[in-house]
Amino acid sequence: MSDQRNVSVRGLTRRFGTNTVLHGLDLELEPGSFTALLGRSGSGKTTLLRTLAGLDPAPAEAAIELPDRVAAVFQEPRLLPWKRIWANVALGLPGADAKARAERALGEVGLARHLEAWPTTLSGGEAQRAALARALVREPRLLLLDEPFAALDALTRIRMHALVLDLWRAHGPTTLIVTHDVDEAVLLADRVLVLDAGRIAADIAVDMPRPRSHGDARFVALRRRLLSELGLEAEVIREAA
Amino acid sequence: MSDTHAIGARRALAPARLREVVRPSNGAGFGLSRYKRFASSIVILLLWQGASMAGLIAPRTLAAPTTIVATAWELILSGELPHNLFVSLGRVAAGLLIGVSSGVTLALIAGLSKRGEEIVDAPMQMLRTLPFLALVPLFILWFGIGEAPKIALVSLGSAFPVYLTLFAGIRGTDPKLMEAGRVFGLDRAGLIRHVVLPGALPSGLVGLRYALGSALLSLVIAEQINATAGIGFLINDARDFLRTDVIVVGLVVYALLGLLADALVRTVERRALAWRPNLIKG
Repeated sequence: MSDQRNVSVRGLTRRFGTNTVLHGLDLELEPGSFTALLGRSGSGKTTLLRTLAGLDPAPAEAAIELPDRVAAVFQEPRLLPWKRIWANVALGLPGADAKARAERALGEVGLARHLEAWPTTLSGGEAQRAALARALVREPRLLLLDEPFAALDALTRIRMHALVLDLWRAHGPTTLIVTHDVDEAVLLADRVLVLDAGRIAADIAVDMPRPRSHGDARFVALRRRLLSELGLEAEVIREAA
Repeated sequence: MSDTHAIGARRALAPARLREVVRPSNGAGFGLSRYKRFASSIVILLLWQGASMAGLIAPRTLAAPTTIVATAWELILSGELPHNLFVSLGRVAAGLLIGVSSGVTLALIAGLSKRGEEIVDAPMQMLRTLPFLALVPLFILWFGIGEAPKIALVSLGSAFPVYLTLFAGIRGTDPKLMEAGRVFGLDRAGLIRHVVLPGALPSGLVGLRYALGSALLSLVIAEQINATAGIGFLINDARDFLRTDVIVVGLVVYALLGLLADALVRTVERRALAWRPNLIKG
């Protein structure tokens, strides 16, 4: 808990050619909070996440403050197929106890039996759990999740939601999940941001106790509100609900 | 990993084509199908033998299979075949060592840096369009007729396949895996070691297989250049004495060398690429 710095972004503008993806974006994340970032495709969600992950260079005029340890889980597991699962999790870890730490992290995500497995032998859900373990083993103060469950089937996704919440409660990293799934955002996060045209268009606190249920009246109301923030017409929302 | 779940996932990942190749090995009809596969070859051999014995094929055209086997046995016992084989293997080994190591080195230089690519790749791409066997006259002028032009030809033949495939493999690294490596704190050296090189290894090994084939081809041509030992010498010498039996023995040895080379790379692949779905065992 030595590094409890906030995540703070001021005036982040990203252009690709003539296309402005992020437009003077400001963002503050409380230490240990769980935030969901919603937005239509092309709204700049992924660009923001990539900037926070250090994958895209931050422009000089933006003021970005990040904790020391940042880890990410992507939509695909992105495990190195030529390394056994434990070695994937231990990738880049310093110290002689890297393997032991990797094994502990894999135990936490329920993959203790698969330490020596090759990534291609895992199911989609298992591979994504290994990717979660690889992020967690670094004890990140900021955990970035880029649509990590989008490619999973519905049942696996429900299990992964519970797992992510468990891990978040146990380790307490500031967590930012990018998703286009409104339900996922409301189920997981304390706060939902809607990104539109490179700006944060809505910032909504989710004040509901966990575990949350889709049937809850507050859930339904919030879901409807977020869908309309995302620009869906009222009748489409009724039909979807 | 013996649990059914992992096996199920693995099955799903293995391409159907591979499964079909694997299936006969535990199917009941394997013995029969193998027998059928060789039946026509055996018939041809028998016809050949019969024609030779009936005098339809003159020994100076083609020796009888039994004569060839007997000659092979004699050549082995007299030490002539082992000696010449040893010389040929030495040439292949020396040529491969030079060719593969320079191919790998050049591929690393060109693959891992932009400047390296600018310097190395264009000349390599130009040179590879040249049928390297056409360089024999030039090599004789440069290196004389001793061992040097033979080894140089084998080196040249094996360097290009390794260079081309390894370079392509390095450049074909999945950028998503590179990003993951960067997020998890790998520096440039770490990325090369953990992401780029293991990812390029499969295509590099394909290149190695081509290189071995190419090296063998180079050997055959090289040994036509005034050799005083080696399988090629054995064949050329036999030609002067109309010994078709010895020529065929030499050809068989070349073929066996090809098979051996392929088996060698397959073994390396099984060890180095154990992570690939079609190589994972239960």
